[in-house]
Amino acid sequence: MTLGYISKRLFHLALIMFGVSVVVFLMLRMIPGDPAQLLLGEFASPEELERLREQLGLNQSLFTQFWIYISNIVQGDLGHSVRTNAPVTGEIWVRLIATLELSLAAMCIATVFGIAAGVLSAVKQYSLWDYGAMFMALVGVSMPIFWLGLMLIYLFAVKYPVLPMMGRISLGLEVPDVTGLMVVDAVVAGNWQSLVSALKHLILPAFTLATIPMAIVARITRSAMLEVLNMDYVRTARAKGMTELVVILRHALRNAFLPVVTVLGLNLGLLLGGAVLTETIFSWPGLGRYVVDSLSGRDYAAVQGCILVFALLMAAINLAVDLIYVLLDPRIRVNE
Amino acid sequence: MSKLDMFTDLRKSTSALTGLVLICLIVLLALFGPWIAPADPLLPSPLIRLQGPSAQHLFGTDSLGRDMLSRVIFGARISLMIGIISVTISLIPGTILGLLSGYFGKRIDSIIMRCMDMLLAFPAILLAIFITAILEPSLTNTMVAVGIVYIPHYARIVRSSVLSLKGMLFVQAISHLGGGHLRILLKHILPNCLPPIIVYATLGMGTAVLQAAALGFLGLGAQPPSPEWGAMLSEGRQYIQLAPHVAAFPGAAILILVLGFNLFGDGLRDVLDPSLRSQ
Repeated sequence: MTLGYISKRLFHLALIMFGVSVVVFLMLRMIPGDPAQLLLGEFASPEELERLREQLGLNQSLFTQFWIYISNIVQGDLGHSVRTNAPVTGEIWVRLIATLELSLAAMCIATVFGIAAGVLSAVKQYSLWDYGAMFMALVGVSMPIFWLGLMLIYLFAVKYPVLPMMGRISLGLEVPDVTGLMVVDAVVAGNWQSLVSALKHLILPAFTLATIPMAIVARITRSAMLEVLNMDYVRTARAKGMTELVVILRHALRNAFLPVVTVLGLNLGLLLGGAVLTETIFSWPGLGRYVVDSLSGRDYAAVQGCILVFALLMAAINLAVDLIYVLLDPRIRVNE
Repeated sequence: MSKLDMFTDLRKSTSALTGLVLICLIVLLALFGPWIAPADPLLPSPLIRLQGPSAQHLFGTDSLGRDMLSRVIFGARISLMIGIISVTISLIPGTILGLLSGYFGKRIDSIIMRCMDMLLAFPAILLAIFITAILEPSLTNTMVAVGIVYIPHYARIVRSSVLSLKGMLFVQAISHLGGGHLRILLKHILPNCLPPIIVYATLGMGTAVLQAAALGFLGLGAQPPSPEWGAMLSEGRQYIQLAPHVAAFPGAAILILVLGFNLFGDGLRDVLDPSLRSQ
């Protein structure tokens, strides 16, 4: 992989982000009605409306508005939220960390359980384990996660109240804000009570969010393992007298890992989308819930900022997956 | 593969058959809903609010005392309609764009594919939420939003098929014999692109139903009192502690329909595209 390829991909990413900014800008201007009227309500006086239009730059030409908008974005200024009057960049940052914590936890669950189910299925092909795991994977892919979340809340927070149903930590408990990740901050502070509470709050939303990626990982792992298990070197490893566990874990799984890594990376994008629903169900104060709240509050600066951040994350993840893939598999040569 | 071979293979596929049975079940509910449903799905009965499942009301009643079973049955019609219309909205422009992009290549390909990349840069549900919010929340706009979101997927699939077909001898022969672009595209390339399109459209029906239900759940889809499954779930969320059945049944119905499309799509893929056959 050369520097030329990376810079070409980065240029491509910048081009897509510019396009996304244009699309978001134009779409927000397509919303019917006067934004000033929408923000101030129907009883606002003409003077107040005019003042707000001036303040938001709505009296200027579309091109000038776009120029101001792009210049601000480049400088990291995503505007001010009309609901809180705080800078959108700061608001997004705090929530992004919460979403990151949830997504990472979901990713860990999806990876561990997905790979375990996939390996088990492949090793015991056409057994009850195989059929059971693959049926569960198919159910997982078809699962409306907003329904699963509600059912988990009912089961584990209402009927058998062992886990909390919303938020990131119990009321009254606090952790010093070091990284923004509650679990990490609780460990850093050595506050075990907060750690247990943060972990308990994480379980239900993380499992809900992990369902679909877990099912996809299980299916991909199974098919990758089946391919590898028939290879000559696996037969050789067995012939050398290695235990089945060593053959599976050290020889087969390591080589079956490549497609799994790709799927894991691409699933990060899926998790971002899933976060919108999961955070709404579990009142998780992340970016997904923020965008839904901002839309219902007609806070367009916040919506615009969130969408740009989501798009940037998706593009960055796709780029990272491509680069990691090339690094992991020397057989792949980049077509420049 | 002849049509007969295809149907024989499909009949042998357990997953395709199971999927087909589940889909047929929901289609029958949708078609004969008015005769099967025990009550009017929109008729409130305040005296029997939030009652659990019983002999009179098999799925219980909702917060306005409406019969949940009848609402779930009538919801089947809406969900199937969403699936069909959304997939059509993405399929037609997606196929046209993919054909043009793959066949003409060069600048046309570049422009179309960069636009598609831009749409793919958003998480699907977020783009759908955004479009619905702009168009105003309603059932029609939900279908439009979900349809637009998946256009790039069809465009990419069709484009890659066209790219491989374009270089084939039969296409080049027709071109040398004087066949026009339109004739080559519609009569020779498009029919050969159909298998992957059919597979993706079947799987896409499930995805469309899920996305539309998610929008309904967020309050951006069908509006009350419409018995749309996602919107019913959203209502059930408020009563999850008191009456979990209000959320349980519509959610289970969504799962069954999506599972049906996924099973059938998987089976179809195995039959129509053996290169992708799962082991």
